[in-house]
Parts: sequence; C-alpha cells; structure tokens
Amino acid sequence: MIPLYWWLIVAAALFCIGLYGVLSRRNAIGVLMGIELMLNAVNVNLVAFWRYITPQAMTGQVFAIFVITVAAAEAAVGLAIIIAAYRRRDTVVVDDMDIMRW
Amino acid sequence: MEFIFYLVPLIPILPLLAFAAVVLFTHRNNRLSSNIVIGATVLSTLISWLVVLATISGGESVQAGGWNLSIPWLPTGSTTLNIGFMVDGFTAAMLFMVPFVCLMIFIYSQGYMKLGQPNQDPRYARFFAYMALFAGGMLLLVVANNLLLLFIAWELMGLCSYLLIGFWSFRDRDHEEHIDHAQVGRARAAALKAFITTRIGDVLLFAGMALLYSYTGTLIFRDIFRPETLESLQSIRLLGMPAVTLIALLIFGGAVGKSAQFPLHVWLPDAMEGPTPVSALIHAATMVAAGVYLVARTLPLFIAGFAGVDAPALYWVAIIGAITAFFGATIGLAQDDIKRVLAYSTISQLGYMMMALGLGGLVAGIFHLLTHAFFKALLFLGSGSVIHGMEHGHHAAPSEQEKGHFNPNDIKTMGGLRHKMPRTFLPYMAGTAALIGFPIITAGFWSKDEILAEAFHLWQETGGLSLPFWVWLAGTLGAFITALYMGRQTALVFWGQPRHAAAEHAHESPPSMTVPLAILAVFAIIGGYFNAPFLGSLLHHFMGEVHEASEVVSSAAVPFQPVVALVSSLMAILGFALGWAIYRNYRLGEVEPFQRWLGPVFTLLRNKYYVDELYHLIIIRPVVWLANQAFNFDSRWVVDPLVNLMGAVGRLASSFSLSFDQVAVDAGMVEGTAKAFNAFGGWLRQTQTGRAQNYLLVVAVTVLLLVGLYLYL
Repeated sequence: MIPLYWWLIVAAALFCIGLYGVLSRRNAIGVLMGIELMLNAVNVNLVAFWRYITPQAMTGQVFAIFVITVAAAEAAVGLAIIIAAYRRRDTVVVDDMDIMRW
Repeated sequence: MEFIFYLVPLIPILPLLAFAAVVLFTHRNNRLSSNIVIGATVLSTLISWLVVLATISGGESVQAGGWNLSIPWLPTGSTTLNIGFMVDGFTAAMLFMVPFVCLMIFIYSQGYMKLGQPNQDPRYARFFAYMALFAGGMLLLVVANNLLLLFIAWELMGLCSYLLIGFWSFRDRDHEEHIDHAQVGRARAAALKAFITTRIGDVLLFAGMALLYSYTGTLIFRDIFRPETLESLQSIRLLGMPAVTLIALLIFGGAVGKSAQFPLHVWLPDAMEGPTPVSALIHAATMVAAGVYLVARTLPLFIAGFAGVDAPALYWVAIIGAITAFFGATIGLAQDDIKRVLAYSTISQLGYMMMALGLGGLVAGIFHLLTHAFFKALLFLGSGSVIHGMEHGHHAAPSEQEKGHFNPNDIKTMGGLRHKMPRTFLPYMAGTAALIGFPIITAGFWSKDEILAEAFHLWQETGGLSLPFWVWLAGTLGAFITALYMGRQTALVFWGQPRHAAAEHAHESPPSMTVPLAILAVFAIIGGYFNAPFLGSLLHHFMGEVHEASEVVSSAAVPFQPVVALVSSLMAILGFALGWAIYRNYRLGEVEPFQRWLGPVFTLLRNKYYVDELYHLIIIRPVVWLANQAFNFDSRWVVDPLVNLMGAVGRLASSFSLSFDQVAVDAGMVEGTAKAFNAFGGWLRQTQTGRAQNYLLVVAVTVLLLVGLYLYL
C-alpha cells in the first residue's frame, strides 16, 4: 500500500502550486482557481489522514465534504465579485484592483 | 412737660432728613428744596423752644441735673459705647440760639442766592442741602450726651465747613458762562486750609477722647464728671502731669482748632471765600462756637486739671484766649475786606469766650457766646447785604471803571451807603453797637462786661500782676481796638461820600434778606437783658448749676463792677468815635491814616503778623520738601527703580522662558514627536499597497517562517 507521506507530498505539491497560482496570476479568475487548488490539497490531506489514522471515524470525510461545500460557495461569491468588478472597472487584472490602499 | 424731652432727638434729625430729602429727591426743584430745609428748621426751632420752655418750667432738677436718654450703640468686647441725648440748662441755652440763628440765615440765603432770579446760583439746592446738614451737625453736637456723639457731629461740621467754604470752587464748568478762575482757586485753597488746620485740632481732641476712654471706660459727660472719676484721673500721672490735665489740654487742642484760636486761627479769615451766609452760619454764629461749647461742657476736666500748681490746664485756656482776643482785634484794624474784618473780629470775640472759660467763668463765656452769635450773624448777613448791593451797583454803574477788576468786598470802595441801603444800615449799626459793647442798651455790653468783671474780680482777689490782670488788660485793650476797627469799617462803608461808582449805584437788598437782619437786630439789642445784673442774672440761675454736680465749678455770679463797666464803656465809645472820625472823610486812593501814623506796624498788622508766612516757612515748605523727597524716593530714586528693575529681571527671565518654550518644548518635543511619527507613518504606509496578492505573499512567507521557527528551534 502506498505510504501516507506520498499522499502528503502530493497534497503539499498541489498546495504549493495553488499558492503559487494565487500569488502570481494577474487574472482574478486564475487567483480563484489557485484557491480551489489549495482547498483541494487540504481535502487530499484530510481524506489521507482519515484513511491511514482513524478509518473507523467518519470525521475526515465529513470535514472534506464541508470544505468542498464552502469552496463551491466561495467560488460563487468570488466569481460574482469579479464579474461586478469587471462590469464597473472593465478589468479582471488583480494588480489594478488596488483602491484599498492609503 | 416731661414728654417734650422725648422730642429732643428730632431736633438734629429733622435738618438731617431735610438734607437727605434734598440731595436724594428734590435737588432739581430749587424752590421746593429750600422750602424743605427751611420747613425742617422751623420745626426744629419750635421743638427746641418747647424744650427750652420745658427746661425752664422743670426747675432746678432739669436745669442742673438734666434730662438724659442713653442708647447702647456699639458693643466693643467687654464694654458698650453709649450714645444718647441730654438736655440741661446749658444745652437749653444753646438750643434757644442755634436753630433760630440757623433759621434766620436760611431765610436770608434765599435772597442771597437769588432764588427765582435769572442769575440764581446754579447749585442753589445743593447749597441748602449742605446748610441743612451743617445745622443738623450743630444741633446734634448741642444735644449729645457724650463725647463720641459730639465728635461725630463735630466732624460732620468739619465736612460741611469744607464743602461750604469751597462752595464756589465746585463750579459747573459746562453751564456757567463767567467763571472767575482766581476766585475758584482761592475758594479751593481756603476750603483745604480750613479742613487741614481744623484736622490738627481734631486729632488732638480724638487723642484726648481715647485717653479718657481708656482710663474711665466711658465718654458720657455725666459719668466723667463724677468727683470720684475726676479724682482717680488726677491721681494717675502721665508725661509728668496728672492724666486729667493732659486730657483737658488735648480737648482744648480740638477747641483751638475749631474755634480758630491762636495758633490755629489762620483758617478762619480765608474761610470768607465761601458765600456770605456760610460765613455767618459757620464762621460766626455756630461752628466756631462749638469749640467754646466743648470747653464749657468739659470744664470740670479743666478745673480738675487745675488743682495743682504744676497743672495749669485752665491757665492755658485763659492765656490762649487773651492772646487771641487781643491780637485778633489788632489784625482787624488793617484789613480792607469787609468780611475779613468781621472774621478777625470773630476770632477776637471767641478769644474773649475762651478767656472767660479759662478763668472759670462758665456762664460769662456762654453768655457772650449767645449774644455774639446773634450780633455776629447779624453783622455777617449785613455785610452780605452790602456786598450784594455793591455788586448790583457795579452792574448798574456806567462802565467807567474796567469791569472785572472791581472787588465788591473792599470797604474802601464803599461809602455813603446809609442813604442807599437804610434797611441794611440800621441793623448793621445795631450789630456794631453790640459788638463794641455800647453801654447799657446792647447785648454785647453785658456779656463782654461780665467777662471783664470776672477777670477784674479775680485780680482783686489775687492781687499783683497775676494772670487775671493781664487777661483783663488784654480784654480791655481788645475792646478798645474792636471799637476802633468797627468805627473805621462803618465809617468807610456807610458814612462819607460814595468812593466808587458802584457805591453810588448800590441799592437795597430784597426783603428776604433785610427782614432776618431786623429780627436779629432786635436780639442783638435785647439779648443782654437775659443775664444783666440789674435784672438778676437770669442765665446764672438757669444754667449756672450745670456743673455744680461735679462739685468743682462755682457758679455764683460775679458782682457788677462799676469800674470795669465804666472803663470798657469809655473804651467802646472812644474807640468807635475815633475810628469813625478818622475815616469818615477818607478818599479812595489816599494812603490810609492808620498806615500814615503807624507805618511798619500797620504793614505788620495788614500781613496778619506774618503768621501765614511763618507757617508757610516752618510747616508747609518742610512738608512740601518732605513730600517731594518722598516722591523722589518713591518715584525717582529707590522704590520705582527697584520695581522697574524687578520688572526688567522678570521680563528677561520670561523671554528666556519664552525661547526655551518655543525652541525646546514646542519645536523640539511637541512638534518633533508629531513629525517623527508622521515620517514613520509615511514610510510605513507604503506597505499598504491595496493589492491582495502582496498581503497574501507576506502572510505566506510569515507562515513559512513561523513553521520554520517551530520546527527548528
């Protein structure tokens, strides 16, 4: 059976890819997609820890379902904001959305 | 009749109320104001005369023992100062004279201040208010039963004296067209002089009162004059003399100031700058009499102070009186101002009263005080009428003399006025006759004669060239000189030919002025019979017993001395005839006969023995010098420079403080802190980029660092 840390490495790699996407993409849609990747890396971790450490309890799976739900909601809200911002400012470039500065 | 005495407090209160009413409410209405004052005085006079009647009918118990009303007034710790009123024979005698003379003068003032005429005095109502205040003060003084109340009234009169002498110095510069600035200056100087000079006496009097109170604990006359009190005062020694002598001398000092006795007589002649009714009221009939009244009232103290040979309190009264009587009369010889002649005459006559008191002749002194008040008020009012007539004559005269250089008071410019002003002339002659002591028919004869008889009698008892002899001599010579200067004055004023255009055009004064003259003239003639020896010396019986309670004063009437009466009658007639004959045909511009004959002596007299100059030299100049030095010390040399130095040091220190504040505190600390934070914030705010990815990067790096720290530390 594949050892646990392999899954952890995959999850970590996925998280880093997501984080990199979040930090480096200039398109707001790309940032959102990076966030999805990071959330799913967490989900991988949650399911892996459930399967290898506490297979008798359902908490890991349930928590993963919650995260998926929240991620769906987050994607919906995030896309709505981006569409609104796009309509108002005619751009989806994150670097241009800097009105919250001094 | 007892209940009448409870009206006594009203006697002084009514004029005081009139004063308050005029000053506070009615001073815009001149006629109403003077009517209020005169009405109050009429009431006062009526009450006073009722009291006199009650005193007469009350018999010896009232006349000698007196009626007394004492009110606790000022609690001072362990004791209480009482004020109150008293009436005895002495007070009653004064009450007969004072309000009545005041009333006559007030009625006269209506005419003198030109009520209802176009040139009416602009401060007419104010004048009557002051006069009422003054009358209230004098009446209060007379009915006071203690020294404290007497002193209050005394000072009240001092104030009124100042206000009234200086009455024409407070001119309304906005509403009067012709202000004689020289007159304003003279009036102001005279008012100040009177106030300050009498103040010297007042301080002495107050010191005497304080001593008396500290030893006896009371200021009520009746208590002070108890024999045991006087004895205890005699036994205490103070400054090498019995305490009672010192107290008596201090009180006498007050009387010297108020009654214008030598050496404090200098204020009275200058006080003639006031309106003439003021001269009559204050400086002849009443206020100056207050000093004599005070000495008479406290005579037991003087007599107790006389007990030892080394304690001559009473002698001093006689000596000062004699000096004043004689020298005052001589100065009167050389004066040209009609009122100044009368002023020196007043000084001289007050000297006679002091003389009498100094010889223990209480009744003689007071008798002369009463008769003198009538005839001197008459003479002053008469002189006012003459001045009034001369002013009118001056205005009516064709302006051959330059206007403005005419002095209506100068007797040398008058003459022949007996035809122009007969209703002034006759009363004036009555007053003159009384003043010189024209034999038998005038009041002045009887009262002056009694004083001289008193001195003569004492001389006969002591013999040799003792004090009574000198007093008698001074009095007799003074009587001669009095007659001489009155002869000169009346000759210049009423006889001969008019010496000036103003005198030719002079005319009679209105009835409001001449009627009081006539009434006073009646009293100047008959006033003497109250105490004439051949009518039984009524006044002696009436008030002679006043001080009997103190068992020191003898009140027996001195027997009539034909020699004295003869000598003084001769003096009077001779002096008057001489003065009259010499001056009747005097012409304006000539050298005066007296000046021709007496030469330097006349100059000495005209300059009043240079007493004013002497005082100027030995008192005023040193005082002014001292004041200047004090001023220099204060403003130039020490105090002000010191103050300025302290100010400069303070300014220097505060300018340092200011720079420190501005540089170190404001710029350095307060603004520096703000600037530092501003700069720091300006730098720090650059981190707030507004880009979510930057923030997130920071968060990620921080998390990585924290995890790294957690793992490897």
